[in-house]
Amino acid sequence: MSSMLTVENLSFEYEKQTPILHDISFSVKKGSVCGLFGPNGCGKTTLFKCCLKFLTYSKGKILINDQDIKTTSIHDMAKHSAYVPQEHKPSFSYLVRDVVLMGRTSHFSNGFQIPNLDKQKTLDALHLVGIDHLAYTPYNQLSGGQRQLVIIARAVAQETQLMFLDEPTSALDFSNQIWVWRLLQKIASKGTTIIACTHDPNHVMWFCDSVVVMNNHSLVTVGPPKKVLTEKILDHIYPGTCRVDRFDTTNMVYPRNLTQEKEGSQ
Amino acid sequence: MPEKQQLSTNSHPIVFHEKKKLGILLVLFFFLLMVVAIALVQGAYDIPALEVYKTVITHILPGSNINGINKLYNTIIWEIRTPRILVSIAVGIALAVAGAIYQGCFRNPLVEPYILGVESGAAFGAALAIVIPSFIFSLQLSAFLFGIIAVFGAYLLARIRGETPVIMLILSGVIIGSIFTAFVSILKYISTDAALREIVFWLMGGFYYTNWEDVFLIVPIVVGSFFIVWWLSWKLNILSMGDEEAKTLGVNPESYKAVFIIIATLITAISVSAVGVIAWVGLMMPHAARMILGPDHRFMLPAAALLGAIYLVLCDTLARTLTSAEIPVGILTSLIGAPYLLYLIRSKGRASFQ
Repeated sequence: MSSMLTVENLSFEYEKQTPILHDISFSVKKGSVCGLFGPNGCGKTTLFKCCLKFLTYSKGKILINDQDIKTTSIHDMAKHSAYVPQEHKPSFSYLVRDVVLMGRTSHFSNGFQIPNLDKQKTLDALHLVGIDHLAYTPYNQLSGGQRQLVIIARAVAQETQLMFLDEPTSALDFSNQIWVWRLLQKIASKGTTIIACTHDPNHVMWFCDSVVVMNNHSLVTVGPPKKVLTEKILDHIYPGTCRVDRFDTTNMVYPRNLTQEKEGSQ
Repeated sequence: MPEKQQLSTNSHPIVFHEKKKLGILLVLFFFLLMVVAIALVQGAYDIPALEVYKTVITHILPGSNINGINKLYNTIIWEIRTPRILVSIAVGIALAVAGAIYQGCFRNPLVEPYILGVESGAAFGAALAIVIPSFIFSLQLSAFLFGIIAVFGAYLLARIRGETPVIMLILSGVIIGSIFTAFVSILKYISTDAALREIVFWLMGGFYYTNWEDVFLIVPIVVGSFFIVWWLSWKLNILSMGDEEAKTLGVNPESYKAVFIIIATLITAISVSAVGVIAWVGLMMPHAARMILGPDHRFMLPAAALLGAIYLVLCDTLARTLTSAEIPVGILTSLIGAPYLLYLIRSKGRASFQ
């Protein structure tokens, strides 16, 4: 299988300050779900922003579909990459339906008159994410979690080959977290490559095909979650915190000394 | 290419309400025609309504004989009232559309067309032309040029690393605005009593001297700009989601922001230079339009334009008929506008206001 996204020796810094990304290289296979894992402030969001051309990086190369994104226009970027930000502050009271329709912008020529096809795709995306019932609700009246689902629906409507999600489940309840990860797997099985930041190692274990582990502005390792998220690696990024155990066919990450503490407090 | 994500077979049809919204726009348009018809008849000099419409129709219909109408009526209706009403319509459209553009680009419903300092710049230009009458430009041209210079200055100040963040634009607009306001104060301080009176009068805004020349200058530019912005209105929807969102969706925020701000500045500057500072239209009408038709700029922009036109024609008609001496229209727009906006906010609630 060929790779969808390739990052080669990427470095980024804000005007001669300490680097935020240092010499990062990895690639993501087409149609896979890839997790991006690492402590707060290690540069995950910055990495996304470089891949999406929000930031101009100083050194290295980013290839999407073997094409250097430096030579791709903003309009063409939107045709192959969708982005779901961590949180989005709404401005005006657009209906959810219209926010999802905005995902179709790169598909229609002007937007003065919306083609029926794009309206249909909007409905399909709402349905796929399971938020049909929110279609007429003003977007700015939703909760943070509902807004996340709306933006995911917008990314689905965009019909891209690559989808970047910055902590897509951070504001969701447990059931919706599982629902969104299942949804991402479903989208990936149809050929769209998924790259998602997350802070939950178990989500990576359960739902990701591969994981990119970052720490301290650089890459730690890349590979299948079961091989990569070992106690040794987790100890390296979160010293003395985690225990990894076998569970069913997969692994589970627990806090260390969980049971002793409970017994001690009794 | 990605596979079709056509998983739904039984998704509920979702209505986009486009026909209904166009219907409301049509109603607003007829309302504007009605207001114009009333405004033509009102005035200090009483002319029977039938004579008024006869005069206007004679001028509009080709091949009609102009000699058949009363000369005095002709002067009052065709040379004074008609251009005045047309310019009020154009200025109403300009301020409301510029307000909607700035609010959309800045993602802030409290922004008005004067936010980037165009008003203060124009006021300085006008005051300069009043205080130094031999100044090379006419009052209008001087006001227009300094209005543009002020906005351009604010835009340059706000630019960092090839980007113009909204917060920087608003801050630099405030800075440039207060600098030009200080300049105006200096001019006021050194000017003669007569000049001072003229500056103050100009700052309050009014359509006293409007003639057909103003119509031919302002109306085509404003109407043309409106249609360009209307054509691009979906992009304004995208811009109002934020810069990064716009990039994600394939819209270059910097170039579209520049286009929108240039157009908004042009029509604001041309309005201010022709009729002075008229407050509240640009802040209030986009709100009213959003409350009637929702925030989608494809429908909200024409609604704001029509409401702006209706409001300004109404206010100007009141300004010239309420008392024997004319009231500056800028005073009326604030006096009526501010309480009305308060009423809208209190009655419709915060949800529709955001």
